[in-house]
Amino acid sequence: MIEEAARELAARGESARRVARDPVNLPMIRNWTEAIGDDNPTYEHYAPPAMAQVWTMPGLAGQRPADDPLGAMVAVLDEAGYTSVVATDSEQTYHRYLSPGETVEVSSRLDGVTGPKRTALGEGWFVTTRSTWYVGDEPVAEMMFRVLKFRPSGVAGTAIRPAVSSDTEFFWAGTALGELRIQRCGGCGRLRHPPGPMCPSCRQTRPGYVVAAGEGTVYSYVVHHHPPVPGRAAPFVVALVELTEGVRMLAELVGVPPSEVHIGLEVRVGFSRVDGELTLPVWRRR
Amino acid sequence: MTGIGEVLPELVIEVTPTFVISTALATRDFQDVHHDPELARERGSAGIFLNILTDTGLVSRFVTDWAGPDALVRRISLRLGVPCHAHETLRLTGRVTGHAVADGEDRWEVSVVGANSLGDHVTATVWVVRR
Repeated sequence: MIEEAARELAARGESARRVARDPVNLPMIRNWTEAIGDDNPTYEHYAPPAMAQVWTMPGLAGQRPADDPLGAMVAVLDEAGYTSVVATDSEQTYHRYLSPGETVEVSSRLDGVTGPKRTALGEGWFVTTRSTWYVGDEPVAEMMFRVLKFRPSGVAGTAIRPAVSSDTEFFWAGTALGELRIQRCGGCGRLRHPPGPMCPSCRQTRPGYVVAAGEGTVYSYVVHHHPPVPGRAAPFVVALVELTEGVRMLAELVGVPPSEVHIGLEVRVGFSRVDGELTLPVWRRR
Repeated sequence: MTGIGEVLPELVIEVTPTFVISTALATRDFQDVHHDPELARERGSAGIFLNILTDTGLVSRFVTDWAGPDALVRRISLRLGVPCHAHETLRLTGRVTGHAVADGEDRWEVSVVGANSLGDHVTATVWVVRR
């Protein structure tokens, strides 16, 4: 999901140019030099190059435009539970100094998204954007900007891993492939979940599986507030879903506020990749 | 004469709440974690902290204080480490680590570290032309 959204956003290329609220001007330069404590006299004539980004900041009431790639990617990661953000690095290149009276415009594109990575702050994704500032058609400054979107604190630690046994390994091998597998008795053909070694109906011990369509309705659910669970931000919803195949299965319900969850809610399975070895099924609203 | 290995004069910044807030606003960054201590704590921080645009500004100031008013800053690359909360002391140190000729200019590479009581807050590389 995240990689797909990232590819799509990156393919859109540069956003429309956004014009700075004000032309480069001495009062804003002096506010900046005063706050930073920079008494370089050249800034009475030119803007400090490090102000490039300042000219096009959205401001107190400003909002990022709909086609802003960072805003769009942040929304995708918020939805996936990576709700905290921290800037990690930036690289600004200044082609020339700006003079008061010049008006800059900025355009940004999504460069890439990598993750999930385990960091000191928690599990997260690095989002890299590239911006170019123009005066007319002349690029005057460029910036690579990277943020880490991570699961907020209290979400210390990483996800609890399932104990995989010879009875359940087919299930986890399936989630890794994007398949939701249901155990089926090799004797009578009855479906059962959770998986076990013996059919409770005919007592055969030769299980196979079928791949579920992945759709069902919420049969019951809990909203978990406490105690803290590693790798999870409370509150979160765990739903027991009755699949169209007839078996019931537990997984986290994501992307739906707890207040909107109800019995009978129609859901479809999704797959949340924890790392190279573990993919968890999740429910999403249909 | 500038040379590789030259050490820049240290810059010490007392990071008062006023400094955190005035620099955040001067860089038009109105994120609450840079001016509202209560909200910053609710979001899991120890308090308000410096924004990245201010780090870029401080690194630029540190290098041009040494290179002189006619110097041209061409590139600032920086990586953030530990946060820099209000009431910290931020100490910027640096040395010249490289030289290259690009676009007919003599560009000096200066490596900068800004450290506080928690560790390295910012690690930066600046390309500057001394004139």
